[in-house]
Amino acid sequence: MRRACFKFSWVAAALLVPQLLIIFVFFYWPSAQALYWAFTLEQPWGGGNTWVGLDNFRAILTDPYYWGSVRVSVIYALATTALAMGMALTLAVFVDRQLAGYRTWRVAIIWPYAVAAPAVGLAFQFVFNPGAGIFSFINAVAPGWWDLSRNAWQAVVAIIVAGAWKQVAYSFVFFLAALQSIPRSLIEAAAMDGARPLRRMFDLQMPLLTPTVFFLLVINITDSFTDSFGIVDTLTGGGPYRATDLMVYRIYSEGFKGMNYSGAAAQSVILMLLVMALTFVQFRYVERRVHYT
Amino acid sequence: MAEISIRQVGKTYGKTTIMQGVDLEIHDGEFVVILGPSGCGKSTLLRLIAGLEEITAGEIAIAGEVVNNLEPRERGCAMVFQNYALYPHMTVSDNIGYALKVAGVPKAERMARIEATARSVGLVEFLDRKPGQLSGGQRQRVAMARAIIREPKVFLFDEPLSNLDAKLRVQMRHEIRRIHNAVGATSVFVTHDQNEGMTLADRLVIMNKGTIEQIGTPEEIYEHPASLYVAGFVGSPAMNILPGTVASSGLSVLLGDGQAVDIRSSFKARPGQLVQIGLRPEKLSITTKAHGLLAAKFQFFEELGSARIYHLEIEDIPVGVVSDLKLALTAGEEVGLAFPPSALHVFDGPSGRSLARAEAAGESRGTDASTTGLSMHGRLL
Repeated sequence: MRRACFKFSWVAAALLVPQLLIIFVFFYWPSAQALYWAFTLEQPWGGGNTWVGLDNFRAILTDPYYWGSVRVSVIYALATTALAMGMALTLAVFVDRQLAGYRTWRVAIIWPYAVAAPAVGLAFQFVFNPGAGIFSFINAVAPGWWDLSRNAWQAVVAIIVAGAWKQVAYSFVFFLAALQSIPRSLIEAAAMDGARPLRRMFDLQMPLLTPTVFFLLVINITDSFTDSFGIVDTLTGGGPYRATDLMVYRIYSEGFKGMNYSGAAAQSVILMLLVMALTFVQFRYVERRVHYT
Repeated sequence: MAEISIRQVGKTYGKTTIMQGVDLEIHDGEFVVILGPSGCGKSTLLRLIAGLEEITAGEIAIAGEVVNNLEPRERGCAMVFQNYALYPHMTVSDNIGYALKVAGVPKAERMARIEATARSVGLVEFLDRKPGQLSGGQRQRVAMARAIIREPKVFLFDEPLSNLDAKLRVQMRHEIRRIHNAVGATSVFVTHDQNEGMTLADRLVIMNKGTIEQIGTPEEIYEHPASLYVAGFVGSPAMNILPGTVASSGLSVLLGDGQAVDIRSSFKARPGQLVQIGLRPEKLSITTKAHGLLAAKFQFFEELGSARIYHLEIEDIPVGVVSDLKLALTAGEEVGLAFPPSALHVFDGPSGRSLARAEAAGESRGTDASTTGLSMHGRLL
């Protein structure tokens, strides 16, 4: 790759400053602060702190509830990503084949991405509500069987569905763009070679989509680890019995409800390291299977 | 046997008609070239034969079977695309063998056939490469190999040489002809390059605005163009066209500057009819003014080595002459042009149809020739 090198200029610096300032104020500063707090014991109402070294981490990593949170977070991330990408790909393939009414569907499918996470949570609150929601008919058949606030696995399924629903749109846009960038003549050549639509999808479109799949995998996994707060907070509030206490939600409840700033800071550092490690693994091992053309 | 019958085929997209009333019989083992400018519908016709587009009128039969409702894979055609359409993530070997893999040919047999096909187009040492690592000519060969390996009844070529440089193009042209002769399948080749058309074709089909202007051997097309459009499209440099009016005797044409050109009595022309006279540059020769049938003014010449193209003018209309004589002429010099009577073409002015043919063949092709003649006239002058 060719790189252009510019000499230092005050104009360039002046143009960069606003952006750097924003990043500094909203990312580096809080991150550094969190890192610092993670090694101290912070007083809940301010007024000084004590250096405690790795005590916070030791406390977290020996807490069985924390490991429960990690477990459900991993389940949530994998399930949401798989569900969202699977749905997105299916929808994109249909839209790409220009089935009837695809223009309307295209807009309709992109829409959910513009909806804020708490709104998604609220919407699904109505859907999943055991008394009045769409799912309440289950309780008409089997009274008391469907209740998010009592059944752990139902609550987990609910946040996964809501989270996936929100993420489908994003993946869909990328899948559709990638599908449409595959030259038509390639598909036609495969048709001439005797391949039916399904075969063409597996032999041609899927391999040519791998760069997009990889990109979306990284983005979706990262997103579902870090961006699930709104859905959990509105849909389940972390319950029942901490069943949906995802890592992000735990950081919030520990820090702002339990006033344990230091514990929350340490958890956010762990979360950050976990996401970084996952991304590294994906680049190291998954990217090998990607065909760049 | 794989003859292709195209009967009254039409194609419309929504309300736009891009092809209508196309009739074409392609014989088994024949090499037919469909020639025309971009947008004339030639690629569409090929795609209709391939089954990549649905026809909206008429029918197409391959080997006697109407294929209107058959999928591409059921038609027994192989196609070479303009941009080759190689599968970028597969090796050359996988590209060539894909059709066999889809057809479920066992691996051992598949590999043997890939090897043999690759050998026949000189690709053996590239079998493990990806298309991205090949040159344009090599990709072209892969595309050819991919078509050949299926042993199809019909080969379809969609401007396969247009992305190659001039030298490679001639080379691949020979290659394609060689392969056609060796395989013996029916070939339909679409191009806008008249050289490719003339050199490759057993028969040429000249298309214009979604209809067929003329079908014939390259020689017929060159010697007896059915219309001004065909005359202008085939031949390089282009045929000289001079507008005129048939004299009251009906035996000669008066040009704009008052010169008279004798037209043989075989041309059925009405006195006063507006016509265009066509003369191929290769059939003209330059003599003294006194010996010429037409007077012209010399402008300049282009040296080709083997011959020269002399550029002259007859009353501001440029006229080209190809001759291997090295004449010493000065700009503005008055010379005479001589030509044998057989070299003369006369076209009806408004319709552009050839007069010589207008009486022989009852033209039934619904060509919108009035505009054609005029536009081609404009282009040539």
